[in-house]
Amino acid sequence: MAKIIVDGIEVDVPPEYTLLQAAEAAGSEIPRFCYHERLSIAGNCRMCLVELVGAPKPIASCAWGVRDCRPGPNGEPPQVRTKTPMVRKAREGVMEFLLINHPLDCPICDQGGECDLQDQAMAYGVDSSRYAENKRAVEDKYIGPLVKTIMNRCIHCTRCIRFSAEVAGVPELGATGRGEDMEITTYLEQAMSSELQGNVVDLCPVGALTSKPYAFAARPWELTKTESIDVMDALGSAIRVDTRGREVMRILPRVNDDVNEEWISDKTRHVVDGLRTQRLDQPYIRQNGRLLPASWAAAFEAISAKIKATRPERIGAVAGDLAAVEEMFALKDLMTRLGAASLDCRQDGAALDPKNGRASYIFNPTVAGIEQADALLIVGSNPRREAAVLNARIRKRWRMGKFPIAVIGENADLTYAYDYLGAGSDTLAELAAGRHGFAETLKNAERPMILIGMGALARPDGAAVAALAAKAAAELGVVKDGWNGYAVLHTAASRVGALDIGFVPGAGGKSAADMTKAGASDVLFLLGADEIDVPPGAFVIYIGTHGDQGAHRADVILPGATYTEKSGLYVNTEGRPQIGSRANFPPGEAREDWAILRALSDVLGHKLPYDSLAQLRQALFMAHPHLQRIGEIAPGDAADVRKLAGQGGASEKAPFRSPVEDFYFTNPIARASAVMAECSTLAEGRSLSAAE
Amino acid sequence: MAVRRVAPPKLQPKDFAFTAENLDWAKKQVTKYPEGRQQSAIIPLLWRAQEQNGGWLPEAAIRAVADFLGMAHIRALEVATFYTMFLLEPCGKKAHVQVCGTTPCRLRGADAIFEVCHKRIHHEPLHVSADGDFSWEEVECLGACVNAPVVLIWNDTYEDLTAESIEKVLDGFAKGAPVKPGPQIDRQMSAPVGGPTTLKSVKA
Repeated sequence: MAKIIVDGIEVDVPPEYTLLQAAEAAGSEIPRFCYHERLSIAGNCRMCLVELVGAPKPIASCAWGVRDCRPGPNGEPPQVRTKTPMVRKAREGVMEFLLINHPLDCPICDQGGECDLQDQAMAYGVDSSRYAENKRAVEDKYIGPLVKTIMNRCIHCTRCIRFSAEVAGVPELGATGRGEDMEITTYLEQAMSSELQGNVVDLCPVGALTSKPYAFAARPWELTKTESIDVMDALGSAIRVDTRGREVMRILPRVNDDVNEEWISDKTRHVVDGLRTQRLDQPYIRQNGRLLPASWAAAFEAISAKIKATRPERIGAVAGDLAAVEEMFALKDLMTRLGAASLDCRQDGAALDPKNGRASYIFNPTVAGIEQADALLIVGSNPRREAAVLNARIRKRWRMGKFPIAVIGENADLTYAYDYLGAGSDTLAELAAGRHGFAETLKNAERPMILIGMGALARPDGAAVAALAAKAAAELGVVKDGWNGYAVLHTAASRVGALDIGFVPGAGGKSAADMTKAGASDVLFLLGADEIDVPPGAFVIYIGTHGDQGAHRADVILPGATYTEKSGLYVNTEGRPQIGSRANFPPGEAREDWAILRALSDVLGHKLPYDSLAQLRQALFMAHPHLQRIGEIAPGDAADVRKLAGQGGASEKAPFRSPVEDFYFTNPIARASAVMAECSTLAEGRSLSAAE
Repeated sequence: MAVRRVAPPKLQPKDFAFTAENLDWAKKQVTKYPEGRQQSAIIPLLWRAQEQNGGWLPEAAIRAVADFLGMAHIRALEVATFYTMFLLEPCGKKAHVQVCGTTPCRLRGADAIFEVCHKRIHHEPLHVSADGDFSWEEVECLGACVNAPVVLIWNDTYEDLTAESIEKVLDGFAKGAPVKPGPQIDRQMSAPVGGPTTLKSVKA
């Protein structure tokens, strides 16, 4: 630790801290544009100038280390002043230069109201300009369907360049030319291909890069901000939903260092228009092969008549990928009351079972734990497509060095270098038996990780593959005292929560795959389940939000609420329960899903014993107390992984394939979004031209 | 200086590949740098690509060099647009005349050289003459101020120029038989004009 005096306050900070960080530790705020704590230091905006006592000139505090400061003549700690007239004058000078070429278009700028330059000009700007010459004009660039550029406003902080090269790992942005002619662009204005490109909009301290789908849509001060949780992937990124009236205008990331740091994927951010289109806003009943609008009472009557005429063994329920824990709990409760045991949350047939213990289906080392790991094996997963932000975390660890990574499965571009071991379970078996070079690497590592994805588990021999991976984990020291590196990466936001509450077939119940065999069920509840084919014959009750596959097959549609329209509990892939809040209301006659189930239960004569969400949660927490500790992970028992290893089974040779073929189209909300469709088309074009 | 962009597509060759000889040379250049730092060879490689392509750097060459060094295309484009000695648009096939416009040359009559370029080649710098054989641009000090005014054509300087002698130099390039590089007056290198002025009494 090193002592330093900032504005008369002595602080003790690590010597590798910069003066800017030391000043923050001492409570002095330093203005900055180019500096960002999650990116490398550029030191080119000069806004963070401070006075270092003894130094002849002002110092850029973001690029000057505490350890580089000279002590005073008698060995006193170095002194930094951040509020002297000299500092103020220096910053005013920098600000004046920045504003020379910055257009005065705040009234028509989307960044207005949340602009760093605007805010800091209030503190350090002068009221008039001394600059009478022509301003610099820069052509706007096309860099993709998500980021709009107004390049006159750019102050060349290079945050976007550093982000795309360092965090996203797709170095597409760059600065061409030099001096006054420097321009931020992609190579010949190609669209960016990163799944994290939307974050450059947040990083841009001015209005040069703004959100294209959100262009001219709203002003920040007219938006209601609701803190919530994302459900586009199983990571459960912290988001802020901004609404105006009934409409969600945009989604922004929140800082959560345990999960998403401060990044979110483009799907999370730009799915907004999907929340408005293709919505189910009233109940429907199929009559003579056509879905006709109906009242809630009529829909419930139709369901009631059908269910009363059906034996419980012939009733089933499948929970979809976006369902919150509460409604799954209510549905399970209702099914139990009806005497039906056929429940399943695994539409894709993933071999995950709560009876194997919690450690067998959660991301045990935790997302933040990736940074402690020192070797990684990825099995049957493409984390870049399945959880783009988690992939950025792996890349972050990889950039720190000494992090060997190997992949069994698809040989895809993951933005970091890895050893490609093989495509299927035979390679995994070889590795588990210790007959592979990488087995040594894992064994010698202190905290090795095995990341296993749905590409390996969601297939007929998934249980055998899981056992094989667990065996490798147990044999190669991935599971040891104080460290459990067995990490399951889910693709569905609802999955871990559903497994936690046991939304799986009970005694004598059928799995999702069995329920949807021809003639296997007479009545099927689909709780937002759109990724599953139901053959003709069964009477399908679809509770969901969008006119997607599930609704097309349905006999009765009960319109539900999307994740922004209800307060709901989601358990992410780490097993971390998080609560999403309601930001707006469901459209038309649509209702919150748990309320639909509660109302339906009354009509069916099996009234669920909760009249409010609070009562439902109380019942839920009574049954599953670990869900009560929001934000905290109830750790899995490492012994479960060892037990899983003993299960064995025969695995097939077929190569592992990631279930996420198209990053932009993984759920009904994303499929309804025109923005996602445009991104998907672009991505398809890229992969076609790459294949040529 | 103006914004530098790659030439419009209609001027661009479809693809670019180093000749076998240049490829060998490029591979040798890369070995000069430590493992993992091969990208440092970007400037010499782009320069060689420009020489191979007749004095200007096509977009395909930028891509080819970036791929050769395993770096993102945009990183190579950044370098190519940063340095003005990479010409991104076609130049004269027979000669690209870089006229020094810095103070010593201006004082010694560079204006006359510019005048000739304006009239004979093109009234704008970095534009190819009507026959496609010549182009010119103004550059900063070429480091031969003693022999001002100076121009640089390809790898050679032509010095002590006048309006007449630059015409002769250009005629030479037009005919395909360039005049001898160096001073265009009776002078040995940068020794005094008209023979030695000092140490005359020293016997050899």
